[in-house]
Amino acid sequence: MEIFAGLATGFHSALTPFNLLYCLIGVFIGTLIGVLPGLGPAATVAMLMPASFVLPPVSALIMLAGIYYGAQYGGSTTSILVNLPGEASSIVTTLDGYQMSLKGRAGVALATSAIGSFFAGSVCTLIIALFAPPLAKVALKFGAPEYFSLMVLGLVASVVLARGSLLKAIGMIVLGLLFGIIGTDVNSGTQRYTLGFKELMDGIGFVTVAMGMFGVGEIILNLEREGVADRIVSKITSLMPTREDWKRMVAPIIRGTALGSFLGVLPGGGALLASFAAYSVEKKISKHGSEFGTGAIEGVAAPESANNAGAQASFIPMLTLGIPTSPVMALMIGAMIIQGVQPGPSVMTDQPALFWGVIVSMWIGNLFLLVLNLPMIGLWVRLCLVPYHLLYPAILVFCGIGVFSLSNSEFDVHLMALFGIMGYIFGKLECEPAPMLLAMILGPMMEEHLRRAMLLSRGDPTIFLTRPISLGILLVAAVALVAALLPAIRAKREEAFKEE
Amino acid sequence: MKANWCRSKDFWSGAIFLGVGVAFAAYGRHYPMGTAMRMGPGYFPTLLGSLLALIGLILVIHTMLRPGPGVGRLAWGKLVLVTLSNVLFALMLRRLGLACALVLLVLVSAYASKRFRWPVALALAVGLAAGSSIIFVWLLGLPIPIRGTWLGG
Repeated sequence: MEIFAGLATGFHSALTPFNLLYCLIGVFIGTLIGVLPGLGPAATVAMLMPASFVLPPVSALIMLAGIYYGAQYGGSTTSILVNLPGEASSIVTTLDGYQMSLKGRAGVALATSAIGSFFAGSVCTLIIALFAPPLAKVALKFGAPEYFSLMVLGLVASVVLARGSLLKAIGMIVLGLLFGIIGTDVNSGTQRYTLGFKELMDGIGFVTVAMGMFGVGEIILNLEREGVADRIVSKITSLMPTREDWKRMVAPIIRGTALGSFLGVLPGGGALLASFAAYSVEKKISKHGSEFGTGAIEGVAAPESANNAGAQASFIPMLTLGIPTSPVMALMIGAMIIQGVQPGPSVMTDQPALFWGVIVSMWIGNLFLLVLNLPMIGLWVRLCLVPYHLLYPAILVFCGIGVFSLSNSEFDVHLMALFGIMGYIFGKLECEPAPMLLAMILGPMMEEHLRRAMLLSRGDPTIFLTRPISLGILLVAAVALVAALLPAIRAKREEAFKEE
Repeated sequence: MKANWCRSKDFWSGAIFLGVGVAFAAYGRHYPMGTAMRMGPGYFPTLLGSLLALIGLILVIHTMLRPGPGVGRLAWGKLVLVTLSNVLFALMLRRLGLACALVLLVLVSAYASKRFRWPVALALAVGLAAGSSIIFVWLLGLPIPIRGTWLGG
């Protein structure tokens, strides 16, 4: 079987001591930033991007991927112990997880979350191995019109699943597309919107933007809400779930995994939405639904499996189509491009060691996390007590050095400061920065495919509607957009995000 | 309250979109437009700029009719301090060198916190400057001078 041959290639490339080491480093850093509140995976992946350039592509991607799913693990630790979600995707875990620790069952909650995440991670690795190759094969037949439509779908989905006003999210996307245009036009060599800065000839670096908006901007927003009180951590006693706990967590873990893997594939979906959805579903169908909010083990098991599944499933569109579904995936695509790997369906055939190596490393990484997290819980607890006023200057130091070292230019640091201001202002205006970053990376690709498609059709825009695959993709996008506008679904969408 | 539309979040989002959209569309006229079949470098940005301006306009008009929640107070002090710390770092990196530029970065940015205290901030600044110099310059070999030109580096 092709898949087993693929997985064998993957194990071969992921099990080298060098790659194992970077997998371990990745999940370790991931857990660390997951535990530290106020520092998200997007900012961290951006900060470590310059350091990953010196590694071979496989090791670099394995490490960056480890950071991403490691952060999902770490985020839940603080949710359970101190009622403070380390990541947005573990917000719902605070509801029942913290209640469990108040009842002296913090250890069980942590173990449940680790077991659920490990199960979800393992299943998702298999799902990726099963579905990615056929998807990549279909995608190999795609021409310029199909790619353009696919990117439209990606952007539409990121709007539909973003929080808050639809119109503002669309505005942020168009803004991102425009920022993406800045730089040298590939077709004509014209310098567009560079305003005479030669540093802008290669365009605005998305790492700079990500650090500015998710790093610096986020810090200013956090400082505004800064409290003065210290956090109190619950004591951890027994880690082992009882027989009754085991029985109650099995079904929610399976349901959470299924929901998470499905939602994770959708652009803009990912871990955040998956955890919210899994919690609401579980609350409705569980026999113990009434206990939710008072420390029900299902309320930890379901969202924790779902966010891990969602985080991993979002690798499917990234690896097979070269389409990012979240800012972190967008950064990963950027890392691939800088490493000289052209993202898209050809990655699987041209770079089997990279493709399968990354997939298999996720399973190994999940195993590391299970072994790493439970014994080291004491260290993580101490770390999540690091007060924010000591943490954020350190984040700024890493952002500053990281962004400068991208091309040894002070210009990038100034640009980061500018995007920091923008991140703060858009945060105050409730305009989501994630769709903007996504659009910024997709922008140049979209323009390129649009131009090629129009050349192909001799200037006839109906080409997007006459090619069946392209039409199908656009119809899905249209249905998603219309559905989001319908009042009934709109109310549900708002409700889904208000569970906090 | 009717008088408050100019303070609402949607109004300012719309105004920003409108301004940026118009700027991109207007400036895009400097580049050849081409035709739909052979798009010039000006085609896509002009199209998008106009679209953004339109979205902005809809938001602005919508809030004038039905004002939404206000922006609230901006934390100007924190915004300025954090931005200033970045800009200072960039300006002083080659002149004072990494170590001193980092001390400046940490002190200025730490001042933005409610819990700022001189002894803690100083210790943090010195620690981070020393640590980063060792890790990034000595161990990872980044080409950044630890001592800048103003200090005879």
